[in-house]
Amino acid sequence: MAEPKVKYDRQLRIWGDQGQAALEKSNICLLNCGPTGSETLKNLVLGGIGSITVVDGSKVEAGDLGNNFLVDQSSLGQSKAKCVCSFLQELNDAVKAKFVEEYPDTLIETNPSFFSQFTLVVATQLVESSMVKLDRICREANVILIFARSYGLTGFVRISLKEHTVIESKPEHFLDDLRLNNPWPELKSFAEGFDLNVQDPVAHKHIPYVVILVKLADEWAKSHGGSLPSTREEKKEFKAGMVAQDEDNYREAIESSFKVFAPRGISSELQQILNDSSVEVDSSSSDFWVLVAALKDFVTNEGGGEAPLEGSIPDMTSSTEQYVNLQNIYQAKAEADFLAIEQMVRNTLKKIGRDPNSIPTATIKSFCKNARKLKVCRYRPIENEFNSPNLPELQKYLTDEDYSIAVGIYILLRAVDRFAANYNSFPGQFDSAMDEDIARLKSTTIGLLNDLGCNSAALPEDLINEMCRFGAAELHAVAALVGGIASQEVIKLITRQFVPISGTYIFNGIDHKSQILFL
Amino acid sequence: MADTSVPLQQPSRSRDLDKLLLRPGNLVGPTFEPGEQLSKDLDEYVRILVVGAGGLGCELLKDLALSGFRNLEVIDMDRIEVTNLNRQFLFRLEDVGKPKAEVAAKRVMERISGVDIVPHFCRIEDKNIEFYNEFAIIALGLDSIEARSYINTVACSFLEYDSDDNPREETIKPMVDGGTEGFKGHARVIMPGITPCFECTIWLFPPQVKFPLCTLAETPRTAAHCIEYAHLIKWDEVHRGVPFDPDNPKNMKWVYDEAVKRAELFGIPGVTYSFTQGVVKNIIPAIASTNAIISAACALETLKIATGCSKTLSNYLTYNGSEGLHTKVTEFERDKDCLVCGPGIRIELDPSITLQKFMDLLEEHPKLQLSKASVTHRGKNLYMQAPPVLEEMTRPNLSLSLFNLMGKLPKDIVHVNGMTSKNDQKTSCLRKLRVVFKGVDGVADMDTAGGA
Repeated sequence: MAEPKVKYDRQLRIWGDQGQAALEKSNICLLNCGPTGSETLKNLVLGGIGSITVVDGSKVEAGDLGNNFLVDQSSLGQSKAKCVCSFLQELNDAVKAKFVEEYPDTLIETNPSFFSQFTLVVATQLVESSMVKLDRICREANVILIFARSYGLTGFVRISLKEHTVIESKPEHFLDDLRLNNPWPELKSFAEGFDLNVQDPVAHKHIPYVVILVKLADEWAKSHGGSLPSTREEKKEFKAGMVAQDEDNYREAIESSFKVFAPRGISSELQQILNDSSVEVDSSSSDFWVLVAALKDFVTNEGGGEAPLEGSIPDMTSSTEQYVNLQNIYQAKAEADFLAIEQMVRNTLKKIGRDPNSIPTATIKSFCKNARKLKVCRYRPIENEFNSPNLPELQKYLTDEDYSIAVGIYILLRAVDRFAANYNSFPGQFDSAMDEDIARLKSTTIGLLNDLGCNSAALPEDLINEMCRFGAAELHAVAALVGGIASQEVIKLITRQFVPISGTYIFNGIDHKSQILFL
Repeated sequence: MADTSVPLQQPSRSRDLDKLLLRPGNLVGPTFEPGEQLSKDLDEYVRILVVGAGGLGCELLKDLALSGFRNLEVIDMDRIEVTNLNRQFLFRLEDVGKPKAEVAAKRVMERISGVDIVPHFCRIEDKNIEFYNEFAIIALGLDSIEARSYINTVACSFLEYDSDDNPREETIKPMVDGGTEGFKGHARVIMPGITPCFECTIWLFPPQVKFPLCTLAETPRTAAHCIEYAHLIKWDEVHRGVPFDPDNPKNMKWVYDEAVKRAELFGIPGVTYSFTQGVVKNIIPAIASTNAIISAACALETLKIATGCSKTLSNYLTYNGSEGLHTKVTEFERDKDCLVCGPGIRIELDPSITLQKFMDLLEEHPKLQLSKASVTHRGKNLYMQAPPVLEEMTRPNLSLSLFNLMGKLPKDIVHVNGMTSKNDQKTSCLRKLRVVFKGVDGVADMDTAGGA
């Protein structure tokens, strides 16, 4: 067996040991192991997921050999779940793999408690009615649910759970936390120790730009009644003084001037989180909301409108010594802010009747570092979305050229399920009934749009025809793509890092103008 | 067109693909001819080359084999390493050390009967140019700009233009290119002469960040500075003449130890062995899911190009899955003057003209006005202005016949590099020229090979 650390090196660099540990502890259930489900699981098993259970009642037939890599010639006639399972085991002998030879619909009907044992359920190729039932079951049991479907050149992925909170959202581009627009006393006095007019050219060109900007901003504020540059002219004037200095540190200062002009305080997104009703915590609140409650207290009081300082600084032209000194200033404040929040967290825990030490120090530290980047994702129950979608949004999509194919696919994927419920086969499943099916699908679609409240909308004829042409085919390339996306979302949900998709992702394999719909 | 008496369930492997290839549709390619013949042609005649058998290559082989393609070849010069196993699913622990191309081909053929995959365990440069011309489409699963650039140059070298400066369809060699990095990736379709080639949009790739030498040598501030000091400066100082080998664990440990020493000296935190490896080897984090997504998009486009069964991606898809999911399709436009896929400026010459006279002509030519020209043909220097050694070596060619210097080809591509005036400013420029010798018997329709 390969030493886990080395094999997973390339992914550990993304989600670290903690993320990996979360994956290795989780227990995933897959419903239907056609290529969509199989490819989803293949990616997860390669990544070291702990346990999997594959549920599928069908037997391997010739057509499966043409679209599913996880079954082969020798599996013909056997349980598809069994074959997929054994190949997955080959991919990673550390995974605990089980299979249940049962149709998912049957389990959903007759044994809903089956799902409670899992961390997460990947439900592939389910029709509308099954989706609704399964969604109710998983919400009840607090099991994360993710739907994935491939249908011809189209597909979708939709996460469903009440709430998913993220501390380590790890956005790609996020402004550093230098507080040039709101320096605290220690940073100010550190800057005071520098003379911008120092004679020694070496010293001059190694003054870190943070110091330059703090001093210049301070000078400006003193001569402008305490305010920082806000109009275009003022900003230009502020930068003008630095343009003359032809040195790297001054160039960096000019480039970063916008950080001086930026408004103080927290983002509106973070403010929304602090205003959420879940901030009124009690003994049933999650750790996340307890932390947020403490954060709110900090921002309102000790923080003076600011979140705890993140603590790191970007590289900048400077002597090593001054850079390290500057780093220490930032780290000291970050530590002080953290200690204040830690105290608030422990007090809050006591207040709601929990053990004050039940949230580890490391978690609180990570929370403070990531406070400006918190994310809360909430998902509507499938039933609610299906019965009463957000009408203004839906109408907007129906009339927007960029969304027309994607929303068309969304509607049609539901229409084909209604069609199947009425006629016992999918439109275009058989060559012989093609023309008839096109007409039927069209009227089914109109009926659906009416039910949803979009009476005057019409979907492009070509798209309806195309949907019939697909005849519910599960094409490997599309399944691999949709499965790839589903597996990526599972990883984000389980590691609690990065931000999962909100809304429904519609895959458009016709011209690749895929979209996310919020209904 | 569809047969109305087809029995309900045929036990066919192509049960799902048939829906796409046997049935007519409206949102399809302009040349789409659905039917059994299309399926057969795909099966028997279409050859696809997969370049790279790593994270993208493994997925591509699987996806293509399960999309109706039966004749595949794969080329990769690397051997399997343990760190590949988290995503290159065709390889097992016992395969470590074996050639990727060979194991990948074997594994796919084992599981999917009827597909034939020929592996090539060698560098892409080791194959002669004509090898690449055998394939209908080339699918790239590469991890470097240089490799992509090479394949692009080769594929574009097959491209010919007609007298109206339109690309001749039968000489277009389509490429589908994918790339990934962590949660990000791209997939693009390149039709030389129609969509931008790799060179046309080279500006899409941001330059690699390099630390200034003085930072490394005098004022390090970060862990990366300490590591690169040990790697780029200290190594040479201590191991004079011995090249650093990033795959040698002892070499890597040496660099790590030196980096730690330097970091301690300057009070800089953060030097770990893992980070050291990352910086020195420029390790790109990689996961199975992103590779699966991008490869699948590429395979899908390959199927569409080969069959016309749907509209194709036009022409560049970017993908980012770290924050929700963002995809964007951009239709980039060709650079008409592209030195690799463009037709080049056409120049008709008398076969008796000398190289010197040719260069004089370039100065007078209204579209060129090129002075101080250096001239290359199929990678060979005909005349170089600099450095002095080369100038002296190539000076004798000036009085020779250009036709002879060009191997007596009736027409071919020549590249010229010189100075031209733009808005009263002299700038250097490189131009691609289509040289045609008048009155020469042009029997053999030569490839307008890109000599770059």
